[in-house]
Amino acid sequence: MDLYEYQAKDLFAAHDVPVLPGDVASTPAEAKAIAERFGQTVVVKAQVKTGGRGKAGGVKLAENPDETEVKAEAILGLDIKGHIVHRVLVTPASDIAEEYYFSFLLDRANRTFLAMASVEGGMDIEEVAATKPEALAKVPVDAVKGVDRAKAEEIVAAAKFPAEVADQVADVIVKLWETFVSEDATLVEVNPLVRDPEGRIVALDGKVTLDENASFRHPAHEALVDKQAEDPLEAKAKAKGLNYVKLDGQVGIIGNGAGLVMSTLDVVAYAGEKHKGVKPANFLDIGGGASAEVMANGLDIILHDPDVRSVFVNVFGGITACDAVANGIVAALGILGDEAAKPLVVRLDGNNVEEGRRILAEAAHPLVTVVDTMDNAADKAAELAAAGV
Amino acid sequence: MAIFITKDSKVIVQGMTGAEGTKHTKRMLASGTNIVGGVNPRKAGEKVTLDASSGAGAPQEVVLPVFGTVAEAIEATGADVTVIFVPPAFAKAAVIEAIDAGIGLAVVITEGIPVHDTAVFWAHAVATGNKTRIIGPNCPGLISPGQSNAGIIPANISGAGKIGLVSKSGTLTYQMMYELRDFGFSTAIGIGGDPIIGTTHIDALEAFEADPETSAIVMIGEIGGDAEERAAAYIKDNVTKPVVGYVAGFTAPEGKTMGHAGAIVSGSAGTAQAKKEALEAAGVKVGKTPSETASLMREIMQSIG
Repeated sequence: MDLYEYQAKDLFAAHDVPVLPGDVASTPAEAKAIAERFGQTVVVKAQVKTGGRGKAGGVKLAENPDETEVKAEAILGLDIKGHIVHRVLVTPASDIAEEYYFSFLLDRANRTFLAMASVEGGMDIEEVAATKPEALAKVPVDAVKGVDRAKAEEIVAAAKFPAEVADQVADVIVKLWETFVSEDATLVEVNPLVRDPEGRIVALDGKVTLDENASFRHPAHEALVDKQAEDPLEAKAKAKGLNYVKLDGQVGIIGNGAGLVMSTLDVVAYAGEKHKGVKPANFLDIGGGASAEVMANGLDIILHDPDVRSVFVNVFGGITACDAVANGIVAALGILGDEAAKPLVVRLDGNNVEEGRRILAEAAHPLVTVVDTMDNAADKAAELAAAGV
Repeated sequence: MAIFITKDSKVIVQGMTGAEGTKHTKRMLASGTNIVGGVNPRKAGEKVTLDASSGAGAPQEVVLPVFGTVAEAIEATGADVTVIFVPPAFAKAAVIEAIDAGIGLAVVITEGIPVHDTAVFWAHAVATGNKTRIIGPNCPGLISPGQSNAGIIPANISGAGKIGLVSKSGTLTYQMMYELRDFGFSTAIGIGGDPIIGTTHIDALEAFEADPETSAIVMIGEIGGDAEERAAAYIKDNVTKPVVGYVAGFTAPEGKTMGHAGAIVSGSAGTAQAKKEALEAAGVKVGKTPSETASLMREIMQSIG
């Protein structure tokens, strides 16, 4: 889960990482009230989970409360790379002497963590990495040993931070590591980390990604989920424990196993090229045990997606045999009754497939077509979706 | 022969007395795996009686001892493989215990382990000299058909043969085994879809290359990370056996996690197209769909007899 800047900074503050005060507004009037409280020049910053806000006009300086209201009005509702701005962060403007970059992240290739630091902060770090790789220090961090004061000093030296801030930066690095580990983050990024004219080090921006697998030991993280921005079908699926991602096509997809479902999306997209360009409408993995209830929950989500014109159920019977899956489909259609009003193409293979196909044939549900192979079933589902477009 | 597990493997199950552990221990027994015991500190000293028949015919009762620790299980049985089914919150401790007991292979089936926990047990494995091969986490395990089955892969999909298979995904492993069941497999191994995994595509490729009973290899990847690109570079320099590849997730949008915690395209990194191109540049034939991939392998198997 990616956090908004203001949420990231709240986490930083909770771990004693120095940040500027600030407050979040969802209306221009609220922004004005915050500026009145600060009584000084402020920065109004769009809260979106994407980069490049500045260039898109999502970060503006305001000298007084009235100007803050005007700037907030201009920023709220902006579309930044497909993300609509619903909130702005109002924070005192700070004078900047120098800008640095710092992050902790997961290094998949080396199966460990990595600290990245640069004294050339403020700009797009991927650009620094590409054009001036020597300016970006990358220091592996052992997951067991972690980052103590000595390790932080090693990172500071590798990135060649100026001597006058070295001590302070090392302190901040230790606290950022505490944030990274104790919050189960997979990314903690500060860009820019700044030195102000008084010589203080402050995290001026923050980007944090939390590991959802760790939510069982972080009950407080639930409150960070932005319910307003969640797709309603995704929220409904999540509440039922289903692994669902809404996409922008017309063929609803249900399968078992993440890899097989990803593969199904591809095969449907290829088939769609021959049928008016229809595409997959979603990713939905119902997991290994495809019980009637889970199948009914899955079909319930997909059949209520107004974009869906046909549904492709693609199941490989492994531990759960095909006869159980077929019974699940028949029972699910029974539970849904008249709400099931879109054509279903079913492909079953694997354990006990003959019995599974027999059950579906016997049920002879008018909406269900059984097709033998994944490729042919994808073609049929795309054809049916194209007919409904 | 086969890789990582053979008919001589002695297998214990950590979490055997839980619902998933019991269900899959029965299945592993039914497919001929030599299971020698389970581990559960709260049930140490007890015996568990399981029906090892495959469901049809008369029950075959097997009595398995439960040990308090992995070390005690190894001491008493000579176990060299552990299959781990314990819940996510306890998985890190279970894997570290297995490493400290010096077991040769730990197959971590558990799904949903926090990546900081996996990073810690992996770092611990490295720091103690990599004596334990780790497969997973969040994986279906592996099967050497007719010999041993450590994990949740259904044993009845395919028999033994000369194809080696390595995949991030469970059901795509099953699908590919099913499509190529007339040829059969030396070993099929699911390495898991998490951002950090123990055994990689490269490790499996190296073992298949060295295995005299494997004559061709299917490699299945998916979006996210750069493991497939690194495997391609490895194949180019080190693998002489024919390799056929498949990559899932061509149509996955950027920034959305596709089921597996590791399956996400971020920016230009981790796309299926980049992985396919890297594999093809290494001389790997890459199928557009699972069935096309199976056809490519079929041609190879027919040509090498």
